[in-house]
Amino acid sequence: MKLRIDLEILKQWIRPESRVLDLGCGDGALLASLTASHRIEGYGIEIDPAQIQRCLERGVNVIEADIDKGLGRFATDSFDTVVMTYSLQTLKRPDRTIAEMLRIGKECIVTFPNFGNLRARAYLLFRGRMPVTRQLAYQWYETPNIHFCTIADFEDLCRRLRVRVLDRVVVAERPPERYLKNLWPNLFAETAIYHLSK
Amino acid sequence: MPKCIPKDSVGIVAPQLLRFEEPLPLACGRVLPGFELMVETYGRLNEDASNAVLICHALSGNHHAAGYHSEEDRKPGWWDHFIGPGKPIDTERFFVVCPNNLGGCHGSTGPRSINPETGQPWGPDFPPLRVRDWVHSQARLADRLGIRRWAAVIGGSLGGMNAMRWALEYPERVAHCVVIASAMKLSAQNIAFNELARTAIRMDPDFRDGHYLKYGVTPRRGLGLARMIGHVTYLSDRLMGEKFGRELRSGTFARGTDEPVEFQVESYLRYQGNAFAESFDANTYLLITKMLDYFDLAREYDHDPVAAFRHARCRFLVISFSSDWRFSPQRSEEIVDALVAANRDVTYACIESDLGHDAFLLPNARYERVLRTYLADAARRLAEGGP
Repeated sequence: MKLRIDLEILKQWIRPESRVLDLGCGDGALLASLTASHRIEGYGIEIDPAQIQRCLERGVNVIEADIDKGLGRFATDSFDTVVMTYSLQTLKRPDRTIAEMLRIGKECIVTFPNFGNLRARAYLLFRGRMPVTRQLAYQWYETPNIHFCTIADFEDLCRRLRVRVLDRVVVAERPPERYLKNLWPNLFAETAIYHLSK
Repeated sequence: MPKCIPKDSVGIVAPQLLRFEEPLPLACGRVLPGFELMVETYGRLNEDASNAVLICHALSGNHHAAGYHSEEDRKPGWWDHFIGPGKPIDTERFFVVCPNNLGGCHGSTGPRSINPETGQPWGPDFPPLRVRDWVHSQARLADRLGIRRWAAVIGGSLGGMNAMRWALEYPERVAHCVVIASAMKLSAQNIAFNELARTAIRMDPDFRDGHYLKYGVTPRRGLGLARMIGHVTYLSDRLMGEKFGRELRSGTFARGTDEPVEFQVESYLRYQGNAFAESFDANTYLLITKMLDYFDLAREYDHDPVAAFRHARCRFLVISFSSDWRFSPQRSEEIVDALVAANRDVTYACIESDLGHDAFLLPNARYERVLRTYLADAARRLAEGGP
C-alpha cells in the first residue's frame, strides 16, 4: 500500500530498530510500514476509536489517549524518535505538545499542512472564506483543525522553543507549485516536514 | 431454558474434574497434597497445540464460561456472549480452557473440600493462596492437556491479575496476554470495600469462625450483604439511575398511609445477595478477596512494574471501561505505561460504557470488535510461527 507522501519522506530520518512514538497515528500506516522496513519498536497514540480499530487490524501497537491531556506519562528521553504527522493543527496547545515531544524523544519529526500556501491565501483573498482544500475538506465550524499555521509561523515557534531544526523537506504535489516549492516554501509548499532535536 | 440452543453457542457442555496428585508448594510456604480442578473446554486443540486459550475468571466466576449444561438450563455460562463459534473468542479457531480456580467453591479444591489429614472440610484452615498459586496450578493443567504455550491468557478484573502473573511466571508459555478492567494492585478504597464485605461475613452469627459446615449452617446473611456491597461497586451511578431510578417496588408515599416503601434498587440488591449466598462459599469469598488485596504485580521486582514487565515475552492487550470506578481506566493506563517503558508490545482501548466494572462481562459492540480483531491477529501471528 502506498504511504502518504510526508510519511514516505520522513522514513529516511528513522534509524532501524529504534523506538518510535507516533502521536495521532491514525490508521497505523506509518508504524506498520516502519515495522516492516526498519524493524522498529513502535507505539501509536490515537483518540479516535475507528482509527484504533484500523491499527488493531494492522496489528500495530496503539494506545488510546488524548494528546491534549498531556504526555507526562512518558519518561524523558524514552524514545529515539517522536513523530507527529498532520496532527499539529488539531491540538489545543501545539507549543506545549512540541516541547513535550522534545522531552520524550531524542529527536522529533513534525509534519503539517502549510496554511501559507498560495491556494489557501487565494481562497481567503478572493472568496473571503476560510479555505476548504483537498487535504483539509472541512467547513470552519466542524473542522478538527483548530490551530493552523504557516511555515513561517512554525519556524518562529521553533526559535521561541529553542528547537534545533535538523532538516526540512517541503512538498507540493501539483504543478506549478511542485517546481516552485523550494524557491519560496511558505508560498508554494502544501506540506512541511521537519526533523527536530533539542 | 433456551427453546433451542443458539447456533453461535458452544452448545451443551460438561465440566470435567481433573486430579493432580503431585503436591503443590504454595506461596505461603505450605504444601497442598495434590488438588483437583473443575474444568470446561470448548473447541478443539489443534495438532501442534498452538491454539489454546486460558480464561481466568474473576472473584465470583467459575469454570462454566460458555454453553449450557442441559437443554433445560435457564442461562448459559458467564461469558457466553464472548466465547463460541464466530464470537470474539472464536471456538472454531481456539481451544478454550476455563478452570474453576483453586480455592474456589464450584468443584475445584477449596475450603469446602475434605482435608485429607483430618477427614474434615478444610473450612477456614484452607491455606491462604496468592494469585501465583493459581498460575502454578493452571500450569499443571496446561501440562495435562498437552499445552506447552497458551496462544492467549485472558482475564477480567481479578482474572486480569491472574493473566499478568502468568506472563511473568511463565514468560515462555504465554504468547498473548489480555488484561481487562484490571490493575497492578488494589487501591486503599478497593481494599476497604473488600474489608466491608469480609466484615459482613464474619459478623454473621452463623459464620462460627468459619466452621459453619461443621455445624450444618451457612452464613447466608453475611454472604448476601457482602455481595450487595460488592455489587454496588460494580455498577455506575448512572447505570443504577437508569435501571432503577427511584422506582418503587412496593408501598406508596401517599399521605395518610404508613405502608412501608421498598425501592426497586433495594429489592434488586437483596435478590442478588440472596442468590449469591445460595451458590457461593463464605470461606472462598474471604480467601479470594484477600488474594485480591495482597496482589501486587511488582512487589518482588523491587516495586518497579517496568522491571517486572521486562520478564514478560508476550504481546499485551489492555482494555478498560470509561465508567468503571472499581478498576478505573487510570489503573489500566498504569499497566500500559509500564509495558511501554519495558518495551513490550501493547495495545490499549478504553471502551465508552455506562455499565461500570460489570461492563467487562456484558455485550458492547466496540469491546467485542477490539477483542475479536486482536485475537484474529494473534491467530495469524501464531500460524506464521510468531508472535
